[in-house]
Amino acid sequence: MSKPSHKHPTHVERAGPPLIEMKDISIAFGGIKAVDHASIDLYPGEVVGLLGHNGAGKSTLIKILSGAYRRDHGEIFINGGKVEINNPRDAKALGIETIYQTLALADNVDAAANLYLGRELRTRFGTLDDAAMEAECRKVMGRLNPNFRRFKEPVKALSGGQRQSVAIARAIHFNARILIMDEPTAALGPQETAQVGELIKQLKAEGIGIFLISHDLHDVFDLADRLTVMKNGRVVGTARTSDVDHDEVLGMIIAGKCPPGAVPGPGALQGVAA
Amino acid sequence: MSMAATDNTQTPAMAQEGAVTRFLRATEIDSRMLGMIGALLVIWIGFDAASAFVRGGEGLLGGSFLTPRNLWILLVQTSSIAVMTTGMVLIIVMRHIDLSVGSILGFTAVCIGTMQVYWLGPLLGVGHPAIWIITLTLGLALGAAIGAFHGSLIAYFGIPSFIVTLGGLIVWRGAAWSVIRGETVAPMDKNFKLIGGGISGITPGSIGAVASWILGFVICAAIVALIYNGRKQRKRFNFALRPMWAEYVLAVAGCIVVLGVTWVVNAYYWPKGVVDRWAQQTGVTVPPEGMNIAFGYSIPVLIALGIGIAMTFLANRTRFGRYIYAIGGNPEAAELAGINTRKITVLVFALMGMLASVSASISSARLDSATNALGQFDELYVIAAAVIGGTSLAGGLGTIYGAMLGALVMQSLQSGMTLLNFESATKDMVVGCVLVFAVWIDQVYRRRVK
Repeated sequence: MSKPSHKHPTHVERAGPPLIEMKDISIAFGGIKAVDHASIDLYPGEVVGLLGHNGAGKSTLIKILSGAYRRDHGEIFINGGKVEINNPRDAKALGIETIYQTLALADNVDAAANLYLGRELRTRFGTLDDAAMEAECRKVMGRLNPNFRRFKEPVKALSGGQRQSVAIARAIHFNARILIMDEPTAALGPQETAQVGELIKQLKAEGIGIFLISHDLHDVFDLADRLTVMKNGRVVGTARTSDVDHDEVLGMIIAGKCPPGAVPGPGALQGVAA
Repeated sequence: MSMAATDNTQTPAMAQEGAVTRFLRATEIDSRMLGMIGALLVIWIGFDAASAFVRGGEGLLGGSFLTPRNLWILLVQTSSIAVMTTGMVLIIVMRHIDLSVGSILGFTAVCIGTMQVYWLGPLLGVGHPAIWIITLTLGLALGAAIGAFHGSLIAYFGIPSFIVTLGGLIVWRGAAWSVIRGETVAPMDKNFKLIGGGISGITPGSIGAVASWILGFVICAAIVALIYNGRKQRKRFNFALRPMWAEYVLAVAGCIVVLGVTWVVNAYYWPKGVVDRWAQQTGVTVPPEGMNIAFGYSIPVLIALGIGIAMTFLANRTRFGRYIYAIGGNPEAAELAGINTRKITVLVFALMGMLASVSASISSARLDSATNALGQFDELYVIAAAVIGGTSLAGGLGTIYGAMLGALVMQSLQSGMTLLNFESATKDMVVGCVLVFAVWIDQVYRRRVK
């Protein structure tokens, strides 16, 4: 496979402090080091692809950022300032939104209730303003998925793509600065996947930083500016997508071999690192 | 079979089904609820017809079930379980269970009784008007504290609710015994007694005919206002509106039910002995043909009604309620959405504990005494009522009004069988079978709807 013909889509300004920097993060579950001294960063308007086998630790690393897990070790900085993220509320307060692979929707309530879950609109009497939430939901969904009509039904009744749009709507509706997308296209058909690609480009242009977790190398090469590969909980290396090709990235994922175009991490195969 | 034949046989049936479906869609009535109301009517009519043969009476069909007196008592008897089941719905929706409500009821009842009879009675003087307020407040606080304690063990220590509340079932029943050493505490405070709906001296635990009619019309006005406001809200956001005729059907049907119930409770009159006592003490002369003084809505029924409305509001119109349903639908998603699921768990169990002490007040006031056995097996009736009312044990699904209707169905069965002179053992067996049968019907229904 040759080098991809396209360059990464936009120029990313990396002069200032990174939007997000996770430094030396570790977490263990019952003696298994799921993430082992991993460091990654992300700049405004940048898409960083996070690659690796199942169990490589990428989802775990990202769940530490979204507050779902508490790290054992390491520090997180936003715009150069140290932050504490101990639960999902902390992460949301810092503008970190996540689209989980499982979508994390409450199946028994409707799209509007899911969109506003944890941030419900209320009337001046303090009660839920369902009408306003539904109206807002119709607007957002109208942009993301114009064919969507099933506002009154619990999301359990929706198709995979429709559920995905609800999850995406929830992540982008609240002025996120940092967006984490865990396999955002896994449940989608080709047309919907293309829509998500368009959406990512649009969000980039607004200066939002995106972590994109994916199995699909094509997606990552299409959408990401840089990529970081993990293996056995450790970072193999980080590279600009324009500096490496598919085969080299596959080598990083499978063998942990860091190519010359990449900056090696602690997980890189010893002796091969440049 | 040819296409034409198929069309011929199916068209009328489909048109008919279409009309029913259209009606349900237009009015947005839950067909499950319609089914339950249907079942309730069948039970009532069935018992009235059956009791016509066994004992006769002034009922609608010549039996003794559909009489104002029986229906009035039925509502009072339902109120204690109905109050608790509103909380149990939320607990089950959250994928928990509370087996301790009957024991909490017993424990708070003997505590309330002990305070009234042994502490505040001697201290303030028997019948002091502050006694019922103090004991009721402390009783509610005690129930809420016990519930919050259970909830904390579940939320923060990770012990399954089944185990925590099974422990609570045993512990609080034992605690109830320890407080009064197996004695019966009686009599309760004379003002407190009114909470049970009975007549205390010549003061009835019900609000009389005039107030009942006023209340009935106020509720009717509220129904119309709610429907009007709902339509206005939908218009404001350009959502699909119900057809006008459906709005009228809903308003008229709601008002007929409310006024019908009001008429029934107003058709049950004070017994002659009480009227005479009342006349004697107030100096009124009773005409020779007798005097009809209506009971009207009783206080426990009003309490249950008020709690039902408040809990429905809580479940549907507040964040707290929304979170309970979201947690029941997907606990992980709720947590990831930033909901403090542990706090909600503690609050829901505290609410349940408080409702159990409301029921403790109703039950002990009604019996005019408190014993350590009060509320035994109530947890099972409460859970059964919630489940019959359509609450899914898998979590995420259930309504307050459904559960309260479920409580009414259960109590109707019990009351009807009592009228037919069933043995208590037989009644238990029937109620158990009905529970299983009702859940089976519900499962079949849900599968067909899918």
